[in-house]
Amino acid sequence: MIQVLFFAQVRELLGTAKVEVAAEGITNTEQLREALAAKDDKWAKVLSSEKLLVAVNQTMSAWDAVVVDGDEVAFFPPVTGG
Amino acid sequence: MTATANNNPRQVVRVQTADFSVADEYAAIANDNSDGAVVTFAGKVRDFNDGSAVTDLTLEHYPGMTEAVLVQLAEQAYERWPLNYVTIIHRVGRMELGEQIVFIGVTSMHRKAAFAACEFLIDFLKTKAPFWKLEAGEEGNNWVEARDSDEQAASMWNDDAK
Repeated sequence: MIQVLFFAQVRELLGTAKVEVAAEGITNTEQLREALAAKDDKWAKVLSSEKLLVAVNQTMSAWDAVVVDGDEVAFFPPVTGG
Repeated sequence: MTATANNNPRQVVRVQTADFSVADEYAAIANDNSDGAVVTFAGKVRDFNDGSAVTDLTLEHYPGMTEAVLVQLAEQAYERWPLNYVTIIHRVGRMELGEQIVFIGVTSMHRKAAFAACEFLIDFLKTKAPFWKLEAGEEGNNWVEARDSDEQAASMWNDDAK
């Protein structure tokens, strides 16, 4: 399974902080995003944001970054700390 | 709340709900007579953002990744400038107007390196470290939008010579 985390506005809009996704058929971050977006219209809308960022195993990653079974992948909006 | 261990005892990264004392943090890094310069930055909760009144804010972070990114930023600063102490403290949770959010403290033999490293660290923290601000005001809650000017400030460091 892939552990998927959501933060900030993405978490709030989806109404969940964490889901598990079966790793079958998913090889990169874009495929994982598409698999989650297929859930319903709300998920499709939130996860289609151009500003959405993705981290694989707690490292900022690109949309073609490799994802394998057991990975932790997080989706979140641009950061606003400091 | 969270202290991240690393090999350099003079490199401190903390993500915590509790407030911090600038005087205590200053004292902790200003004790070495080989340093001629101590530069600190403290960021606070401001009353207005994009024209809306702010009453308080809540800082969310990504436990684990946030600390790791801050450690990486501190290490990059050490690679770029001759620094002695580097302290990065960032609070999470709910904070009221006027409260302190973030502290950066660096020491070096000379001021130029200390000023530059301090500014580099806050510029990169704002654009790289996974923190998110939820502002509360009279018009309800509002997730703060990332600013292009912050991205530009951070990208300046990519072109700069040491």
